[in-house]
Amino acid sequence: MAEKGIEIRLDHVTKRYAGQKAAAVDDFSMVVPAGQVVVFVGPSGCGKTTTMRMINRLIEPTSGTITIGGEDALKIDPDDLRRRVGYAIQQAGLFPHFTVAQNIGIVPGLLGWDKKRTADRVDEMMDLVGLDPGEFAGRFPRQLSGGQQQRVGVARALAADPPVLLMDEPFGAVDPITRGHLQDELLRLQNELRKTIVFVTHDFDEAVKLGDKIAVLGDRSTILQYATPDAILANPADDTVAGFVGAGASLKALTLTRVRDVELGHAVTARADADPSTVDLGAEKWLLVLDRRDRPVRWATQNELRRASSLASIGRPVQDSVTLQSTLRDALEAMVNEGGRAVVTGSRGEYVGTLDLTTVTDVVQQLRANS
Amino acid sequence: MTAGRIQFWAQPAAVLLIVGGVLVWVFSGELTATERSTLNATSLLTALKDHLLMTVVVTAIVVAVAVPAGIVATRPWARFLAPVFLAVANVGQAAPALGVLVLWFLITGASGGLWVAALPLAFYSLLPVLRNTIVGIHQVDPSLVDAGRGIGMSASGVLWRVELPLAVPLILAGLRTSLVLAVGTATFGLFVNAGGFGLLIDTGYKLNLMKVLVTGSALAAGLALLVDWAGAVMEHRFGPKGVR
Repeated sequence: MAEKGIEIRLDHVTKRYAGQKAAAVDDFSMVVPAGQVVVFVGPSGCGKTTTMRMINRLIEPTSGTITIGGEDALKIDPDDLRRRVGYAIQQAGLFPHFTVAQNIGIVPGLLGWDKKRTADRVDEMMDLVGLDPGEFAGRFPRQLSGGQQQRVGVARALAADPPVLLMDEPFGAVDPITRGHLQDELLRLQNELRKTIVFVTHDFDEAVKLGDKIAVLGDRSTILQYATPDAILANPADDTVAGFVGAGASLKALTLTRVRDVELGHAVTARADADPSTVDLGAEKWLLVLDRRDRPVRWATQNELRRASSLASIGRPVQDSVTLQSTLRDALEAMVNEGGRAVVTGSRGEYVGTLDLTTVTDVVQQLRANS
Repeated sequence: MTAGRIQFWAQPAAVLLIVGGVLVWVFSGELTATERSTLNATSLLTALKDHLLMTVVVTAIVVAVAVPAGIVATRPWARFLAPVFLAVANVGQAAPALGVLVLWFLITGASGGLWVAALPLAFYSLLPVLRNTIVGIHQVDPSLVDAGRGIGMSASGVLWRVELPLAVPLILAGLRTSLVLAVGTATFGLFVNAGGFGLLIDTGYKLNLMKVLVTGSALAAGLALLVDWAGAVMEHRFGPKGVR
């Protein structure tokens, strides 16, 4: 039943406040492709929020046109328009005197859904954002943690199944770990729902992680660069963008590639119950010992192997491993922890290969060359 | 019983004790004929009825005027009205209640009665509700109003479902203050033929009837304390859930 995203088009949109010489948003034109996440990123006061708020007309543009799915947004009644455009803000903006269920059910209520349909939808939304309806439906917002409130905020924005979602620094007020979880969840949701999302943040790392495309905005909301994250990381359009991308652009680029997308190397492996004398390391220096279900457990050297009577306890344990879903940045972290190769495991924790530093540096160079 | 509950019931208990004690003292002794003409069930109940009626009418007028005025004064298109309304209500509270009451009595033709008493007393009691309505709506987090409009609630929807419910605790606190002002100043009602416990106080004072004077004062004070307590109960009962 989920409605897929539709295209948003802003055409020469300008916002000028009375009594101010410079426009707050100056001649802004952009196409937000259907079903994609576009992140507006830029310094505070650059007009990114103002630009976003013109899409649902919380701020009326002075001139220009905005179309949503081909329909002129400026010709729709603003309240009707906003009921069709999801809206999530920093600190969730939940009504403290409404329960979680009442908060989520507001927009369906405004659209005149009957009680049963609204209640079903509320349960469905709570499941979607990972909150147990039985436990949380009757709670008030102040009885929730910041992260839980933020989830309810997202559920409320999605409740009427809008094709378009506007998110204004929705994860700005939670701690970094919770923020990471919420971002992962948004990506998972978006994988399923394919909404058109305009996301405002001042955190470039968040933009890289979430955006299909990133618009780096400067003063008066001028578009400094509008491109995919890897293109911006590899080739910042100018010094301002480069400054905003900040140090460590190559490391950030590594968050864009998953382990499953690169070619894995292989170590010599042996089951823990194998006879040591049957193991031939050849030119390799290390042996990776697996348990009975092929999960990596220990690294052993040639010398340790030669003296051992059993493989069960020789060498040192595998400290850190990554999965096929991990980013190359995680893999790099694991290499640093392991002091060499990172072990890659599959969905059941079984050994599938290894990853070394050369592979990672090759990927960085390739990203550069491609964009 | 917790400390909170003891405190909660202490006020009505004290009122019953004092009023009961005074009544026992008054009616246990011999009363003169003059005293009996005032200190009897019928005239005491009439005084109570008049006093309460004045309080209720004054409070109703205060709510009917001050809450809508406070709402208007917080609308973006009428912000400039807030200082005007507050100035008017301030004049009402600053002016001596008795003076305004008598002036109004003279202006309206010196006939008196409930309504002649109620209007100036309402003017006098207006400020707490007006000010608290304005403050109560202003202290609602602007991001909640923004969120409400952003998800498609109309301006009046946000007012009725978000701003007012969240302002209710402060409005009720103001109403409680106004109630206490109203029940206190209703003792002046006798000067404009509206009755009330002021009648007993006045009679007792002028005719030097100590028992009448004490009874009138004790009943007026007891009623004021009970009304204040009722206000507290109301604040407790009708505040929005989830914000305490």
